[in-house]
Amino acid sequence: MSSLNKSPFLRIFLSYIPLIILFFSVFNEFDFNYLKLDYFAFNFVHLLIFFWTLRNPDKLGYMSIFFAGIINDVVVGIPMGISSFCYLILCTVTAYIRNITLTPNFMKDWISLLFTILLINSIQVIILDLVFLIKVDYTNYLINSGFTFLFYPIFFLIFNFLNERISYQAND
Amino acid sequence: MATGRDDFVIAIRSAFLKKKDKQKFSLLTLIFLSIFVIVLSNFNFKAIQIIKLAINEIIYRSSYISSIPENKIRELIFEIDSHMDLYEINKKELIKIENNEQIKLLNNFLTIENKKLRDLLDESISSEEIFARVLIDKDSPYLKSIVLNKGTKDKVKLGMAVIDEVYLVGQIIEVNYTNSRALLLSDLNSKIPSVLEPDDIQAVVSGTGNDFGIIEHTQQDFEEDFKNKEIIAYTSGLGGLFKPGIPIGKIDNISEGKINFFSDFTQLNYVKIVSFKYGGDK
Repeated sequence: MSSLNKSPFLRIFLSYIPLIILFFSVFNEFDFNYLKLDYFAFNFVHLLIFFWTLRNPDKLGYMSIFFAGIINDVVVGIPMGISSFCYLILCTVTAYIRNITLTPNFMKDWISLLFTILLINSIQVIILDLVFLIKVDYTNYLINSGFTFLFYPIFFLIFNFLNERISYQAND
Repeated sequence: MATGRDDFVIAIRSAFLKKKDKQKFSLLTLIFLSIFVIVLSNFNFKAIQIIKLAINEIIYRSSYISSIPENKIRELIFEIDSHMDLYEINKKELIKIENNEQIKLLNNFLTIENKKLRDLLDESISSEEIFARVLIDKDSPYLKSIVLNKGTKDKVKLGMAVIDEVYLVGQIIEVNYTNSRALLLSDLNSKIPSVLEPDDIQAVVSGTGNDFGIIEHTQQDFEEDFKNKEIIAYTSGLGGLFKPGIPIGKIDNISEGKINFFSDFTQLNYVKIVSFKYGGDK
């Protein structure tokens, strides 16, 4: 077991897991944004980017986030660049939070996530509706923002566990 | 106070400009790059179109490959479900087949008669069909669309109708070299000129972003009438893109004014991309 823990393959694989999950979720047809359930949807990619760029930015580079946004736009079918722009705004907020905080605080992160999600979803709605004249459902966006905010603690626990494993493997 | 403002400026500047060891570009550069991409995607220059087509080709194919395991699981679940209901479905289908045989005989006669009359008026309609496989049907709350494996290479053009068996499911809104994207009837941006039978009322069937559509541009009096009978929506052919009479969906007593589409958009595997030509057209 201990030899397995020290396996270089496992170490490399673990360190790339956030990136793999990010690209898998934008490429794949399965989307938490649309679960065929009434009044329930959340944006998994926003949670993923928020956590990793805040807690361990080395594991999720800005360039890959930019490309993930482009892929998401092409797969979903909205004009290219919108998701990239929104993801990078999310990264800006997390970079700002990292700069002004000495010790990470879960509650502060959680509340900042709410404001950030509301901001980026508003930007997305404005660009789609007013610039590209694509009709969007405002209720869906509001529900999506609400559930994304509520689901953060659950994904925080999962990602935090993963982050600890990655750090443990890297320092071992 | 001034120190607080300085701290804020330093933190913001650092967030935008600071690069980590492994990062080649700062956040500000990438944000400008994404704005540049958004602006460029608004223009229709040939060079931009070619780049867009290439990106679409690569990403659609990659997305199709990465979704294979998930689609296989979905197919398996669907097959198990249909096996479980086999007996019940079979009983219902036998009754349906018997009724259909009778309707088919009558329909054949009416079709031939209709064709003769259209030929007399020089209004005959011919159609060209291209069979396509659904590559991606990523559900999204923002845009209801599917990606098909036929593009300009197979003579697919913008505006062509997408049909599942005999039912309309959408129209082509984006064409690449080997694939294309069809906007489904359920999308908020979908508007199809239609005729409501048996009352022969002209209307527009609009998508709602959900699994049903709604009727627009009809008088309130007509909508009151819908409550008591079954209404079938067909394409009216007034837009000039589709032929008249393609079934879209129905409104019945249970649906409360909503149009239930005949085709199940979540189960689309193969569709027909169809273009129509009227007798008088060159």
